[in-house]
This record gives sequence, C-alpha cells and structure tokens, in this order.
Amino acid sequence: MTLLRVIVLELIALFVDDGALALLILGLVALASLLALWGGVPAGLIAVLLIVGYGAVLAESTMRFARAKRAKRRAP
Amino acid sequence: MVEFSESTAALWSTLLASFLASLVELVEAFTIVLAVGITHTWRAAWIGTGLALVLLAAMVIVLGPLLAFVPLAAMQFVVGVLLGLFGMRWLRKAILRASGFIALHDEDALFREETELLKTRSGSARADTFAMLAAFKAVLLEGVEVVFIVIAMGSTTGLMIYASAGAVLAAVLVLCIGLLVHRPLSRVPENSLKFVVGLMLTSFSIFWLGESLGVVWPGADLFILALVALFAALSFGLILMLRHWQRALAEGAPS
Repeated sequence: MTLLRVIVLELIALFVDDGALALLILGLVALASLLALWGGVPAGLIAVLLIVGYGAVLAESTMRFARAKRAKRRAP
Repeated sequence: MVEFSESTAALWSTLLASFLASLVELVEAFTIVLAVGITHTWRAAWIGTGLALVLLAAMVIVLGPLLAFVPLAAMQFVVGVLLGLFGMRWLRKAILRASGFIALHDEDALFREETELLKTRSGSARADTFAMLAAFKAVLLEGVEVVFIVIAMGSTTGLMIYASAGAVLAAVLVLCIGLLVHRPLSRVPENSLKFVVGLMLTSFSIFWLGESLGVVWPGADLFILALVALFAALSFGLILMLRHWQRALAEGAPS
C-alpha cells in the first residue's frame, strides 16, 4: 500500500512540482479555451495569449523561486 | 518543398524530443538498478526491472488502442495541457539549476545514497524484497515518464513509430554504455538535456493547444522551431538575470 501511495504521489509530481506554476498554466489554458469557445476572439489573439502567457508564467515562477531563496539567505 | 520541410521538422523534433527525454529518465533508472545490482544481487535488480517493464508494456498495450478512439482535437488539448505542465516544470528547474539557485543533479550522489540505503537494509530478512522493490520502483516511475512522452509525442503527430524509436534508441544507448562502464552515467549533461527537452515540450504544448483551439500557425509544423527559439531566448535571458542576482547575493550587494 505504501508503495502504491508512493507511486501515485510520484505520478502527480510528474506534472506538479511548484503548485503555483501548475495553477497558472491551467488558468492560462482555461482563459484561452473560454475565449476560443466564445468565438468573438480571433485565433491569432489566442495564439499570442498562449505564447506570451507561457513566457510570463515561466518568468514569474523562476523569479519567485529565486526571490524566496534570496530572502531566505538574507534572513539572519 | 514546404510540404517536405514541415513533415521533416515534425519527424525530427518528435524523434529528438522522445530520445532526449527518454535518455534523461533512463539514466536515472539505470543508476538505481546498478546500485541494487552491485550492493545486493543482480537477480533482485533484474526481477525488479523485469516486473516494471511487464507493467509498463501492459500500460502501453491497454492505453495504446484506446487512443485511436479519441478525436484529434481533444487529444491535442489534453496532451497540450499535460506537456505544458511537464515541460515547464523541467524548463523551470533547468533554468534555476543553470543559474545556481538549485544544485545540479548528481548521479554519483544518487548512486551513493541508494547504495547506502541498500547496505543498511542488507541484514534484514526482507533485504531481497527491498532491493527488488527499489529496482522495480525506479524503472516503473522513470518508465512511466518515458511512456507518457512517447504516447504524447506520437499520438498527436501520428508519428508513434518515430517517438517509440527515440525511446528505444535511448534505452539501447544507456544499456550499451552502462554495460561497458559499469558505473553511474554521471557524465551525461543531465541539466542541459532537461533544458532542451523542457524547451521542446513547452513549444509542442503551445503548438498543440493552439491547434486544438483553432489557431492556424504560420508555416504549420515549422512554427514549433520558432517557438523553441523564442523560449530558448527567454530562458537564456532569465538565466543571465538570475546569475546576476546570485552573484550580487554572494557579494552581499543589494540588487
């Protein structure tokens, strides 16, 4: 049972490491999907949203981690 | 000519992404199987590995045919989301490792940890089971990642044979080098490989998500290369900036 639990947890960890990163990606995909379903938005705009959104999410996640690490090291 | 270039780009990017991602995973699995074989018995290592491979094969046999019933757009969407989560996780970690905020992955350290753990349990009555389970778990978990990548890359592009070939090539390479050197493959540039794979999977994710949502990419499959170049530039920019932060922190200067 412990092995099964470990395997399930590891499988989840395949996709989710930083929870905020995963949530931001899912939020971005949900937003792009809603805009596509709505139909009033040109497909080109959805493409730009996906590219810029992924880039912004990546930058936010790495910088947030680095800032937290810096703050931790600076703390007395 | 354009037709040829598009299909060639899709073919090579599928083969390369599958090969590199599988290589990273298989090197990690190999390290633990090697630790089990050297510190305990090769019998336990082979049984654990064999059982995991049977389970992985069963997963492919069950899941493979089911995928044929899923509409392409739905498949592109689901795979796009999963590859996004998977690829961005690797890319983020590779950027943080390259900039010094996370320690580099060390196969030698992993090997030492695993052998120490196995040695502490070698006296127990269940040592055989424990060693076998260690090999089983390593091969199964790393293997699931390989299966996911092969299915994700192959099913959405219709290039399952090339995606599988990439994984098989990686397995043959790791086994051949492993049998020759008989020690952890610590000289494999794991972080660089993860960086490249992260870039490719992230680009595939955006491409397929876009296609499933009605986006027609300029240049069709060739646009994946543009996405890889774009995210490579962004990632290198982030690495440079974070290295600057790291240096400033080491020197104690505010930034």
